[in-house]
Amino acid sequence: MIPVDYYIALSAILFVIGTLGVLIRRNPLIIFMSIELMLNAANLAFVAFASVHESFSGQIFAFFVIAVAAAEVAVGLALIVQIFRTKKSINIDELNSLKG
Amino acid sequence: MSADLIVFLVLSLVAIASALGMLFSRNSVYAALFLVLNFVTVGVFYLLLGAPFIAMSQITVYAGAIMVLFLFVIMLLGTDELAPSKALPAQKWLAGLLAFILAVESIYLVFSRAQINASVTSPDASLNTMDSLRKMALELFNLYLLPFEVTSVLLLVAMVGAIVLSKPEKAEQAS
Repeated sequence: MIPVDYYIALSAILFVIGTLGVLIRRNPLIIFMSIELMLNAANLAFVAFASVHESFSGQIFAFFVIAVAAAEVAVGLALIVQIFRTKKSINIDELNSLKG
Repeated sequence: MSADLIVFLVLSLVAIASALGMLFSRNSVYAALFLVLNFVTVGVFYLLLGAPFIAMSQITVYAGAIMVLFLFVIMLLGTDELAPSKALPAQKWLAGLLAFILAVESIYLVFSRAQINASVTSPDASLNTMDSLRKMALELFNLYLLPFEVTSVLLLVAMVGAIVLSKPEKAEQAS
């Protein structure tokens, strides 16, 4: 018997680590991985609540989040590759104009 | 201290350590491998929570497909170290402070409204049968049929978008 709050606290900690990664890292790939970590933390909270309330809705939402994350990664990585081709750099500080 | 709690604490230690490893490793490949470890740990958490189907999709989609994609792009772009930023010198400390405040705040909120009697019972064998999976599938394809179809369209759009974005720019010169 584990209180559900432990799971939610763990999810919050993972989310904060993801936020910190978005804020302090300069490599867009790592920033992207941090976003995945944050999505994962939200999923953990969904599944924890689904398990407490004995309903499948939370699990199904987690499933949808996984599918949307897959779509997001495909488009985002294509964008990063394209930015690298144009700018010859992926440092986030040099990507400050929308012009190609 | 029950066996469940010990498993939970050890696993959460692994999850937090691998997330921190991803955050602070200098090499992007190491960061990606730390993230794979984190995803697998979260998959084991799903098993503990009695969600075997989500656990398996977590392992195949996240730790499998998504991270392989990440590793491909890392190999493509090179793993060279980026020079530290000069734009905002205080950014790291400010970000650390803000993240600390966010962590304290969220954990305070979680435990100030603690539901003492809401606890996760360890899953029994009945959750790993076909019957449990059938119940979830019935809910997915009855109540959530429209979101399911929208997700499939979204995946198609993402696929086309990724192909269009990564196409070489020959089409522009021809037109």
